[in-house]
Amino acid sequence: MKNEIIIAGFGGQGILSMGKILAYAAMMEGKEVTWIPSYGPEQRGGTANCTVIISEEEISSPILSEFDTAIILNQASLSKFEKALKPGGILIYDPSAIIEQPQRKDITIYRIPANETAIEMHNPKAFNMLVLGGLLKALPLVKSENVIKALRKTLPERHHHLIPANEEALAKGMDVIQKL
Amino acid sequence: MEEEYVLLKGNEAIAHAAIRCGCDGFFGYPITPQSEVLETLSLEKPWETTGMVVLQAESEVASINMIYGGGASGKRVMTSSSSPGIALMQEGITYMAGAEIPGLIVNVQRGGPGLGTIQPSQSDYNQATRGGGNGDYNTIVLAPASVQEMADFVDLSFELAFKYRNPAMILSDGVIGQMMEKVKLPPFKARLTREQIEERYPWAATGRRSGRTPNIFTSLDLSPVVMEEHNKHLQAKYAEIREKEVRYSTYKTEDAEILIVAFGSASRICKKTIELCREQGIKVGMIRPITLWPFPTVAIRELAKRMKQVFCIEINAGQMVQDVRLAIGDTCPISHYGRMGGMVPTPEEIVNVIKQ
Repeated sequence: MKNEIIIAGFGGQGILSMGKILAYAAMMEGKEVTWIPSYGPEQRGGTANCTVIISEEEISSPILSEFDTAIILNQASLSKFEKALKPGGILIYDPSAIIEQPQRKDITIYRIPANETAIEMHNPKAFNMLVLGGLLKALPLVKSENVIKALRKTLPERHHHLIPANEEALAKGMDVIQKL
Repeated sequence: MEEEYVLLKGNEAIAHAAIRCGCDGFFGYPITPQSEVLETLSLEKPWETTGMVVLQAESEVASINMIYGGGASGKRVMTSSSSPGIALMQEGITYMAGAEIPGLIVNVQRGGPGLGTIQPSQSDYNQATRGGGNGDYNTIVLAPASVQEMADFVDLSFELAFKYRNPAMILSDGVIGQMMEKVKLPPFKARLTREQIEERYPWAATGRRSGRTPNIFTSLDLSPVVMEEHNKHLQAKYAEIREKEVRYSTYKTEDAEILIVAFGSASRICKKTIELCREQGIKVGMIRPITLWPFPTVAIRELAKRMKQVFCIEINAGQMVQDVRLAIGDTCPISHYGRMGGMVPTPEEIVNVIKQ
């Protein structure tokens, strides 16, 4: 099994870290992974995306034009990547940054109010972990406990007190995602 | 077992591999898309553990001349940069080749010409494989296609550089430098002691003691007679490298009718192209030069004998085509496809080219 994922939105939403954590957790489960960012002159508020590939077998190209899964966190990314989904693919989006709804009928669409939930939780930084939780509910690519293990491995010791909040966000994301 | 793997960017892997392979010093200047090499070294602080020196020099020109000095002292020293920065280093590289000083230069290429873009490219192929500076010389050029190879080629480059007393280059690009993959880092190797350097490299400038002849490093000799002899010696060395150090890999060439020649990140993209072509019954295989200099001329010539068509797929305007043409002459038609200026082709794009 192979899953080719694009995560796209604004710079500052934690897109690149979310992709890294997902890739790290998959690696810990013995899978092959690649993560590649768009590394243009991005900044907070500009567009940012990363491609994550998780596979049982050796991964060929890290560069893709079609995806199995798209996580869309702003309008520009929806316009760009909805059409890049393979038929039967999965699209997850946060309605708070979307003006025009997704149009495709040949894909499965999920909606996650991650932005709204992060505000309710008084923790805007939990946004990306909410989205990751939602993704793992829709598509159990890796076990949640391995995401937490990956956080423990990759975060510097001084940030480890934030792990329980991330764990909570991950679980909350699983609750609030809805299949359309 | 999986615990042995770490998830790293290609640039980060270069830095970790340098610390682990007994590197004595890194001298560099930041530039996108390779800045994580210096960043990672600064975070890892190897000067506190292995004693490796890490210095952000005032410029690329200063960096390469620090490599000249370090290499002349028999030290494993390196620099890294991206295309415009490597262009600035060419004078130092030709001096190193002339004075036979080993050292490692990493080029994480970006689009050109000039300052170009910060996106990936392979358009420094000619510069890397033809020498790049003035005079009749070559650098040993290795082209990694994965984060694992970014790590593995650091020690290999140093081994080759010291074996032949010649600068070696890792020619990577923004794709391999920026992407993360799982990688098994090489085991730690101790830095050489002064005694070990004196014993292994009697040519090195280690400080003259007990009346030995001074070891002098220069690429200048005003006598053309002497300089021609020196050039003959260099050419004999290059001939030996051509004979012994060619490296390449092949992929699904056994039953192939169409051959792709691609290196580095382009070879990764082409692997997917080959999977897609084979789903449609098109028998495509690939040869990937791992050493771009010396080039796998004989291997490509042999493979091309049973092909209907050869495609050079590069992220440039077709620089490797010359070397492939020299290898196979007119025995098989050659086409090129590439993107330029920081644009990267997709696997599907290349499938369409092959189908046409």
